[in-house]
Amino acid sequence: MRIASPLIAAVAMLITGFLIFTLLGKEPVQAFYVFFVKPIDTSYGFSELLLKATPLILCGLGLAIAYRANVWNIGAEGQLVMGAVAGSGVALAFGESNGAWVLPLMLLAGVVGGILWAAIPAFLRTRFNTNEILTTLMLVYVAQLILSYLVHGPWRDPAGYNFPQSRMFGDAELLPLLIQGTRVSWAFVLALVLAGAAWFFSAKTFAGFRTLVAGLAPAAARYAGFSEKRNIWLALLISGASAGLAGICEVAGPIGQLQPTVSPGYGFAGIIVAWVGRLHPLGIVLAALLMSLLYLGGEAAQMQLSLPSAVTGLFQGLLLFYVLAADLFIGYRLKRTDPVVKQPAPVQAAQEPA
Amino acid sequence: MKQEDAKDFRSLEPRLVLTGITKRYPTVVANEDVSLSVRPGEIHAVLGENGAGKSTLMKVVYGVVKPDAGTIRWEGKYQTIANPAAARRMGIGMVFQHFSLFETLTVAENIALALDHRVARDVLAANITEVSNRYGLPIDPERLVHSMSVGERQRVEIVRCLLQEPRLLIMDEPTSVLTPQAVRKLFETLRRLASEGCSILYISHKLDEIRALCDTATVLRNGKVSGTAIPKNETNESLARMMIGGELAECHLAPREPGEVRLQLENLSLTTLDPFGTTLKSINLTVRSGEIVGIAGVSGNGQKELLAAMSGEAPIDDAAAIRLLGTAAGNLDPAKRRRLGLTFVPEERLGRGAVPPMTLSYNALLTGASHGMVSHGIVRSDSMQKFAQKVIERFKVKCGGEDSVASSLSGGNLQKYIVGRETLLEPRVMIVAQPTWGVDVGASMLIRQALIDLRDSGVAVLVISEELDELFMISDRIAVIAGGRLSPTRRPAETNIEQIGVWMSGNFDSGVPKEAEAELVPT
Repeated sequence: MRIASPLIAAVAMLITGFLIFTLLGKEPVQAFYVFFVKPIDTSYGFSELLLKATPLILCGLGLAIAYRANVWNIGAEGQLVMGAVAGSGVALAFGESNGAWVLPLMLLAGVVGGILWAAIPAFLRTRFNTNEILTTLMLVYVAQLILSYLVHGPWRDPAGYNFPQSRMFGDAELLPLLIQGTRVSWAFVLALVLAGAAWFFSAKTFAGFRTLVAGLAPAAARYAGFSEKRNIWLALLISGASAGLAGICEVAGPIGQLQPTVSPGYGFAGIIVAWVGRLHPLGIVLAALLMSLLYLGGEAAQMQLSLPSAVTGLFQGLLLFYVLAADLFIGYRLKRTDPVVKQPAPVQAAQEPA
Repeated sequence: MKQEDAKDFRSLEPRLVLTGITKRYPTVVANEDVSLSVRPGEIHAVLGENGAGKSTLMKVVYGVVKPDAGTIRWEGKYQTIANPAAARRMGIGMVFQHFSLFETLTVAENIALALDHRVARDVLAANITEVSNRYGLPIDPERLVHSMSVGERQRVEIVRCLLQEPRLLIMDEPTSVLTPQAVRKLFETLRRLASEGCSILYISHKLDEIRALCDTATVLRNGKVSGTAIPKNETNESLARMMIGGELAECHLAPREPGEVRLQLENLSLTTLDPFGTTLKSINLTVRSGEIVGIAGVSGNGQKELLAAMSGEAPIDDAAAIRLLGTAAGNLDPAKRRRLGLTFVPEERLGRGAVPPMTLSYNALLTGASHGMVSHGIVRSDSMQKFAQKVIERFKVKCGGEDSVASSLSGGNLQKYIVGRETLLEPRVMIVAQPTWGVDVGASMLIRQALIDLRDSGVAVLVISEELDELFMISDRIAVIAGGRLSPTRRPAETNIEQIGVWMSGNFDSGVPKEAEAELVPT
């Protein structure tokens, strides 16, 4: 049933979408076609699906490891932005040197940028016991402001007609394309490889086992002597690293320069991807493809159905909402309390010992 | 007078009659053609080993499980009990062996959640205080459950049932966490309830208790009724034969000269941050190679804090206060202490001693990583599985193999697994909390014998238990913890249950009571 809940959620999302399209006065079947089928019925469309799935996979993988360790990193978006900033910084610092080492260095810098940004909440949590949900989220906005400052100020392209963006990256600073004629780069393959690595980490390594125990039974982790601080650091740094990598892969991939906005919320959507994917790497890859389709469908709906862009966020939100609801109702059932109650009693989860 | 009581209820119509109850699970028949009847005011024991089907039968009565066949007659009418709420409405209450309390809520809030009717807060608190005092189970309604010991939590569960004024009360292994004095109190409570006309179904495998308390008994073995008895007319041996179908194993503690000091506590003091915790006050204790030291005490007197300090879960600043094989270890974390040769069985099995949703293999890895189950950071599943198999086999853990998840095991079987795991990790010092809590007689003997075998092989063993009989059976020396202080140790032959009981109240200076002195002379 745990595996069924994303499917239940996807169906519920579609039904709700059907109702929404109908209420908005659109022909629902036509709208469904535009939203879910048309974007990927060409090979170019399909390549766009892979393109947008790439950062979602990367963010989702790291977040899943953190969530399984019971560490709540909500700020992958900020770590993604800082990864993009740090990687771009390397590209800009070396000018258009065309060295073969520039791109690997950029990727590395992207990873380090994400790690450093995630290290702040890790330090605050382990040193001052500050709630990482709040700090990671707040640092998203700090990261976006730093990016905004850089592209409006020191890193603005002098030859860019005053647009707030860096110069375009040269070929040596861009990820090679996976399929010519599309925008998909080798980053997609990298994401799949890392999905395999994430699976290996959780399933086969002792370090992965320790994070699982910390998430499933914190008292057992303490009992076995697995350090809580190490767990928090590891979870945040891994999720920061993968979000940072997603960020640099965006600017060194489809975007090709640093802009005021480098992500349409991939870091936040990654949270949904992680949950819909059941925190499992394979599930995350599938969930990322679904979320990517929602992005494409949202764009198509804007253009062809003249619906607002919020429709993408709406579907994403519905999906997460239904997954969480399905999880809850698989484990618990609603129970009416005694009707003599005058005030509404709290809904009691049925938890009779079985 | 007792006789007359007995006659009294015998003439009454039975309140509950079960006939031919059968419940099959895919792999096991939990109950087969089980019949029993309980009259008003009768205390009826349901006796059997772990897995004999006692709990399933009680869940049938409480509406948790629907039987495949058989009938339930309640107060003269045939009934199907759809769910526990229906059972409660009919006047059936149950105290489970595993508690279902929300740790972050207070006693009163927990009880309010379980009530089928809403009661005003202050009224409820007053009711709790009144009922708990009336039945000798004092609890503060405003206390948070997470700060309470197992024994105290049980009181909450009992009071929760009593508030609903049940006409049939089901008690599932209620005394496993109580002191002898508290057991006596509980028995008074139960007898008072019975004299008020309440029927009681009392599930246990403790033969002494059943003989002291119960009017009638139904014995289950492998899901079937293997006999009925008037416990007062039986001996422990005859009841045990009905229960296990053979003779009861015994364990032997042969006298032995202990070796060098392996665990030493010196002026161990610990101020707890928990507002309901117990502060430890300069505790001194040595445990030598080849001896078992037992610590008795009522739960909530500092056992939790002492165990956490010794295991390293709550490290202390004064490193020298705890010495493991001579190394100052007070400030070391649990992993480092394990590397020095310490293994530890905690009081809570699920969630602390074992990770509930993980398999037994992975639960071996939990503490066995340094025993060849990890190489270069990679988990070696073959050696992990082999180790788990060895534990299952040696300690006769009933489960579907090493791939069963920990939460699927019964409490007693999981306890066997955890004790087995910590034993086979070849400790030099082993600390065990409540080694046989909720474990049936046969398995208890197995665990106790395993501890004795460890001792005989030269391990220093420290046992903290609330079962005095057990401590007297396996300890070379016994101490008592009360109010965060530890008494001096005594050889079991130099003391007796009465003295230990007095010490448990915190009065270590009262010395040896008179009768005990008399007993000391011949031994």
